[in-house]
Amino acid sequence: MELFHGANVDWLGKKWYFLAFSMIFSVAGIISMAIHWSHTGSPVPLGIDFRGGTEVQVQFAQPPDIDAIRKAADAAGLNGASIVNYDVPANHEVLISLPEQTNESALDVGRQRIEDALHAHYNNPFNVRNVQVVGPTVGKQLERQAGLATLYSMIGMLIYLWFRFQLIYGVAAVVACFHDTLITVGAFALTGQEISLTVIAAILTLVGYSMNDTIVVFDRIRENLRISRREPLPVLVNRSINQTLSRTVLTSGLTFLTVLSLYIFGGEVLKGFSFALVVGILIGTYSSIAVAAPMLVAYQEWRAKKGSSTTLPAAKRSRV
Amino acid sequence: MKKNLKSRIAIIIAVLLIFTYGIFGIPSGFSGNDLKAALTKRIHLGLDLQGGVHLILQVVVSEAVGDETDSTVARIQQDLKTANLSFSQVYKPDPTKPELVKVEGLTPANANAVRSLLDSKYANDYDLNSADNDTALTLAMKPTVEKALEEKTVQQAIETINDRVNSLGVSEPRVAPYSLGANQILVELPGISDLDQVKNAIQSTARLEIHPVVGGPYQDEQGALAANNGAIPPDEQLAHYAGMNGSQADSVYVLQRAPIVSGSDFRSAEPGTNQNTGQRIVQFTLTDEAGNRFYEYTSQNVGKYMAVVMGGRVREVASIKEPIHDTGEIEGAFSQDEVTMLSKLLRTGALPASLNFLEDRTVGASLGADSIREGVTAAIVGVLVVMAFMLVYYRGSGVNADLALFLNLVILLGFMGFSQATLTLPGIAGVILTIGMGVDSNVLIFERIREEIRAGKAASAAVDQGFAHAWVTIVDTHVTTIVSAAILFLFGSGPVKGFAVTLTFGLAANLFTAVYVSRVIFEAHLNKLKAGEMVSI
Repeated sequence: MELFHGANVDWLGKKWYFLAFSMIFSVAGIISMAIHWSHTGSPVPLGIDFRGGTEVQVQFAQPPDIDAIRKAADAAGLNGASIVNYDVPANHEVLISLPEQTNESALDVGRQRIEDALHAHYNNPFNVRNVQVVGPTVGKQLERQAGLATLYSMIGMLIYLWFRFQLIYGVAAVVACFHDTLITVGAFALTGQEISLTVIAAILTLVGYSMNDTIVVFDRIRENLRISRREPLPVLVNRSINQTLSRTVLTSGLTFLTVLSLYIFGGEVLKGFSFALVVGILIGTYSSIAVAAPMLVAYQEWRAKKGSSTTLPAAKRSRV
Repeated sequence: MKKNLKSRIAIIIAVLLIFTYGIFGIPSGFSGNDLKAALTKRIHLGLDLQGGVHLILQVVVSEAVGDETDSTVARIQQDLKTANLSFSQVYKPDPTKPELVKVEGLTPANANAVRSLLDSKYANDYDLNSADNDTALTLAMKPTVEKALEEKTVQQAIETINDRVNSLGVSEPRVAPYSLGANQILVELPGISDLDQVKNAIQSTARLEIHPVVGGPYQDEQGALAANNGAIPPDEQLAHYAGMNGSQADSVYVLQRAPIVSGSDFRSAEPGTNQNTGQRIVQFTLTDEAGNRFYEYTSQNVGKYMAVVMGGRVREVASIKEPIHDTGEIEGAFSQDEVTMLSKLLRTGALPASLNFLEDRTVGASLGADSIREGVTAAIVGVLVVMAFMLVYYRGSGVNADLALFLNLVILLGFMGFSQATLTLPGIAGVILTIGMGVDSNVLIFERIREEIRAGKAASAAVDQGFAHAWVTIVDTHVTTIVSAAILFLFGSGPVKGFAVTLTFGLAANLFTAVYVSRVIFEAHLNKLKAGEMVSI
């Protein structure tokens, strides 16, 4: 069985459609983030790792009544409690959150008060499945860690690109990665999902993975440049993409299938993580073809107009 | 060629066996349950899969510094009195800076004498400076000394918490310094779901000290202040007393701030009974050095009172009937539980400083079990889908890829078993991601082989070319992802570390299976082909 054999699509010809598509999603993401920022002071919903506070996951014997639970919380003096349904309704699970405590010596009090409130004012047997209490000190530390991880990842990528490619390829690849990250994070803002530490880990993994994808296309472009220097660049780039299409779509597709399995079957705890991977792999594949390659060509044409050299650096040795 | 092939197949089978051993060890039997038991013994589950408690505690090291300077205050007072040098007071001038001590009220006559006396005794640990026009002297604890004290405090806290936690009967508890923050401790207790029990065990390691009683009991704090001309001297403190466990009416004592002995001075403590009164007592033994100090104090203060203070509250007031060396009794209307608890607290040594809880994550066992089930389901579905696809798309060679994938998983899990790495829920996700990314390598190779066949090459040449061209790109893609994973390992939290570990192991294993193993399977297949026949791909 073979798909994509003899593919001959004019990718670069469609670049305006791609640009429009990317713009729509980027802008939608940015608008979502702006709205979220104006409401809550952060561009995306933050998980408890970053916003701090108390979060208790409770499973009830009977289907939970959110209003009744809120009344119970108020009756116990727990103001500002956020109560939402969690996971599938059949599980009868509810997530109860309290905002951040600044007094760290009383950190665990919130959890106890929630349990007491439920025992006292809400008649529905329950058991506590998960508790997370994050104080401001640790919250800041985790933020710092996430920041460091992101920073070092980016530095690592840049160093790697610097070794493998000339500047223009590197810039195009970085722009593609940035585009991917923006749309993925925007997707979180759009769907109201929380960003936790594991989500950041997923996004960083994605960046590495998307970089790979872009490199595959670039490798083929450079190989073809070595062989035929007379061909107009857009034609050559199209051909390179078509040649690698089979490989690109298949590898991304297979990874996507496994990640989709994780999203569907993997449970609620990993939802954010798998969502980031699902969106990221799709967008990452798309961006190698629709963002990185056209950017390469556009940059080259811009340089040609300015009168400087019109050839792209070619590969020194052959790749697949 | 054939011999070479046989030995390579042997290597692969050996690898398979070695890593299967890594997963299961030597199981006691081959039934499903036996294998499961063997598996759970080898593969170490994280808290998010086992259920358990994860705590980050902050050691309030300033208290330990404060204790040390309190003692220094008392000693300076003693030294100056003995040397007959007059002063108005020795105290800590700034409550927010526990490392500072001030000696006030020096006259021009004795300033130098005082300075040289204190220099000779304290210059190792403190920086001395004149102040207030030479009528006062400030001592500031040296930063290096302070730092050493803080580290020692944290270390002691870890040991104490370890003892307490062990008494809970947790398997594989973990108490360690937490590298991300200053003076923080990480506590991980798998399998515990009752957070309150843990909290009590740890928090009741409240600081325990014996202080000299200066005055009291007073009805309340106002009464205590009134009896002391409206203010408590800086080297004394107020403490409340409400009976051993809060059963009596509240009263207030004035105590000397510097304790006679404190937690780490107790070598052992046992519940017992007073021979004469039949009351329950706690018999304790102090360390030698503390015993000397205690003897010195009690011989000079017979008839006076001392208070056992725990967590800032007075638990018991006892009179000093005779000099006590290093064994003594604490007597009071204790219940059996109280003597047992008090003995245990004294025995395991109280904490050198208070603890603040900074972070607490408790995963219930039911959630852990659900997570395992969901993760494994997702993994199995992922594996089946990928394997099916490879069979349909690449036909005969799909079998090749599937065998390599299977071996990949065996090696990955075997690695986990051998290295005792912890499997977390994101770790399971890492396994799933490895499956997807791993089979990519096969796709790379197979696509190239197809291209070569299309270009007219014979079967074995096509296979050769496929592997030759693909190798560099496979390494490329694996290395970039492994580097990402390495950064995540360095900067990630526990669960994220688990993800980084499985991803790295999986991709490393993939380098072996996708290239070496697939190649061998191809060669074995090629050997069986008749002349002119093509590989099924």
